[in-house]
Amino acid sequence: MSDLRTEEYYLNMGPHHPSTHGVCRMVLKMDGEKVKEIEPHIGYLHRSIEKICENRTYAQCIPILDRFEYVTAMSCNYVFALAAERLASIEVPERAEHIRVIMLELNRIASHLLFYGVTAMDIGALTPFLYGLRERESILDLFEMTCGQRLTYNYIRVGGVSRDLPNGFIPKCHEALNTIEKKLADYEGLLNENPIWLVRTVGIGVLPAKVALDYGVSGPCLRASGVQYDLRRNDPYSIYDRFEFDIPVRHNGDCYDRYLLRLDEIRQSIHIVRQALDALPEGDFKAKVSPNFKPPAGEVYARIENSRGELGVHVISDGTKKPLRVKTRGASYNHIAVLPAFATDVLLADLVAIFATMDVIMPEVDR
Amino acid sequence: MGLIKKLPVYTEKMPGGGIVMTSLEAALHNAQAKSLWYLLFGTACCAIELMCTGASRYDFDRLGMIFRATPRQADLIIAAGTITKKMAPRLRLLYDQMAEPRYVIAMGGCTIKGGPFYYDSYSVEKGIDHIIPVDVYIPGCPPRPESLLEGCITLQEKIKKQSLLDWQEKD
Repeated sequence: MSDLRTEEYYLNMGPHHPSTHGVCRMVLKMDGEKVKEIEPHIGYLHRSIEKICENRTYAQCIPILDRFEYVTAMSCNYVFALAAERLASIEVPERAEHIRVIMLELNRIASHLLFYGVTAMDIGALTPFLYGLRERESILDLFEMTCGQRLTYNYIRVGGVSRDLPNGFIPKCHEALNTIEKKLADYEGLLNENPIWLVRTVGIGVLPAKVALDYGVSGPCLRASGVQYDLRRNDPYSIYDRFEFDIPVRHNGDCYDRYLLRLDEIRQSIHIVRQALDALPEGDFKAKVSPNFKPPAGEVYARIENSRGELGVHVISDGTKKPLRVKTRGASYNHIAVLPAFATDVLLADLVAIFATMDVIMPEVDR
Repeated sequence: MGLIKKLPVYTEKMPGGGIVMTSLEAALHNAQAKSLWYLLFGTACCAIELMCTGASRYDFDRLGMIFRATPRQADLIIAAGTITKKMAPRLRLLYDQMAEPRYVIAMGGCTIKGGPFYYDSYSVEKGIDHIIPVDVYIPGCPPRPESLLEGCITLQEKIKKQSLLDWQEKD
């Protein structure tokens, strides 16, 4: 057998591939079943969101940015509103800040539940997909009764939120949180000690902390590698400094840890939402802001922690009612960039698991 | 015997059973409409709603629709999400790889006419109907799962009404 001739070959994965979560193309240099090199090709979903924002007023930018990161659209609403408020020095009422925290954390839970279902489906377990999306629907119901949309909300506006919480929101929210908290045990029971799941995830795709920091990886992927860094704690925005919550950290940096960490984060988010609901004050839900307000010339970078990592937006104002330049920063871009650095010498099937647990979402990369 | 009520049939009762006669067209098209396998082709926001429709609450399977990862096994493309100018040739390629008869549902504003990216965007294809022929349009940004179900039922009605000659090349 020793004189058998082998050669490396190139395999094209994507742009249409069910596990790429959108349209990412990866050119893989393969040696048999092993991936030797990865070259990600991006841009298949480039929708020129940044350019469109230059021709919109500040209020009109928010619905476009909904489509920038649609799985957690609330955080995109919020980060742009935060930047505009810092530019124009707008004070946000207390009640609005509480509602914003509730919505951001509910959206984080929804995003992680989607991650749970989709990742398990990519790795080959179909049942968790049905469970994860069942509980996600109960959160989407809450969003729907608040702002009428399931996915792209346009709810968090400059100066507050677009409307107050509807009647009956608070008991329904508590009910949904209780259900999810109870069902989390079911989720863990399905996968945590499942031998197939363990073989597919434990020790696969180990992302060392140094590589993660070098490539600007953030969010759960960074915390699963043992770096305790969360913008809610390290650079507090809104009213996060008033709530008690832990930043879960895991140390192995493999696919299994990235999966477990997100389940831990769901628990913490439930804890934050409960505190915010209890502390919800009466009062205005929106400051008085003209729809065509003109912030003074200047520039600002606002960043928040969304379910994938650091979501930032850099807005430059020239004193007119439209921004001169809007630059967005999505965590997924770095999560794709880091793939060639650590996901080599793995099996092709494991690359799918790694890609899924990095929780990449393509419009955040392509914009 | 729900099928008997829906099809134009002639039944003859005989001792111990009976004979059912119907036209080939009616039988084929009913079978075809009830087993539409769709290509898992999601590019953007609408793909999440497509997944929700396939999941527990809305349950696509009851329409006989199962997702397929390869165009060779699919009857239907649900184009869910924005198609950019870079992605457009790939969509055409996928469509060409599918076996006849094939159908297309344009889901969401982006695939109909560019949606929220109609103005000022230099990279979004303004509608997929000049890349591939579309059977059913579903407006919305994104459409609710109920609209998608309604769109699929509309497509099933369309399939039931066609004749065998429509199996020829459409474009």
